[in-house]
Amino acid sequence: MRSIEQNLASFHQAGIRPVAISVDSPEVSRDLMQKAGYTFTFLSDPKAEVIRRYDLLHAGAGENGADIARPAEFLVDTTGTVRWINLTENYWIRARAEDILEKSRLLE
Amino acid sequence: MNVRQFNWPLWLGFLLVLIAVFSYPAVFVWSPVTRDFPWVNLLLFVVALVFVRKGIRRGFARDRKHPTVSKVITSIFAMLSLAFVALFLFGFFVFARWLPSSTNAPHVGQKVPEFALADSTGRQVSLNELLTAPIDGKAPKGALLVFYRGYW
Repeated sequence: MRSIEQNLASFHQAGIRPVAISVDSPEVSRDLMQKAGYTFTFLSDPKAEVIRRYDLLHAGAGENGADIARPAEFLVDTTGTVRWINLTENYWIRARAEDILEKSRLLE
Repeated sequence: MNVRQFNWPLWLGFLLVLIAVFSYPAVFVWSPVTRDFPWVNLLLFVVALVFVRKGIRRGFARDRKHPTVSKVITSIFAMLSLAFVALFLFGFFVFARWLPSSTNAPHVGQKVPEFALADSTGRQVSLNELLTAPIDGKAPKGALLVFYRGYW
C-alpha cells in the first residue's frame, strides 16, 4: 500500500482509483492513514460481508481469532468487470504498484 | 585477544544468518527475481551454517582457555542461528502461504459484486461511485480494489 501511495499520481493519470478494503473500522483506518500518510480511499467492512461475498475471507486469522481479508488485488473497469487479479499464494509477496500500473492498459 | 582463541567462524556464521533473514524484507523482496523464491537468502543460510558448524568445532575444541564458557556461548549462538533459519523457512514456506484458496473470488471477465462501505470519515461509498466519480476532473477508467489483512 505504501507503493500505491508513492505512485498515486501515476494511478490517477492512468484513470485508476486505488481503494483499500479491510475489516478495520473507519477510526482505525483514519489512524493508519494519518500515521502512514495514505491519502487514497480506505473502506471499512467490519463484519467482512463484502470480503465474504468476494470469497476473500481468511477465517480466524486476525487478532484474537477475528475474521479478516486475505490479501488480494482486483483491477476493475468502469462496468465493474475484472480486468486483472492478483491472489498471492504468499502474503510476504505482494504485487508492486509498478506491476499493477503496467496492467492499466487492460482497461483501454 | 588471542587470535586462536577468538571463535570468528561462529560470529561470522551468526552475522550471516542475521543478514540472510533481514535482507529479505529490506532488499530482496523488491525484485521479482529474488522475491518469489528467496534463493539468495537460502544460499546465505548455507554459507552461514558452514561457518556456524566450524564455530561449533572450534568452541568445543580441547585447547579452549575457558572450555565451559566457550561451550555455553557456542551452544547458545549455534542454537540461535538455527532458530533464525528455521523461523525464516517456516515463515516463508508455511506461515505466509497459510491462505484460503479463494476459488470463488471474481475471475477476470466477471463482474464484481456491488457494495457500499463506510470510508475513513464514515461516509458511505459505493462501488458505482468509485467507478464513476471523476479523477482530477476526468472520467475514471477503473478502480484498483486492494483487500488487505488490516492494521493490527
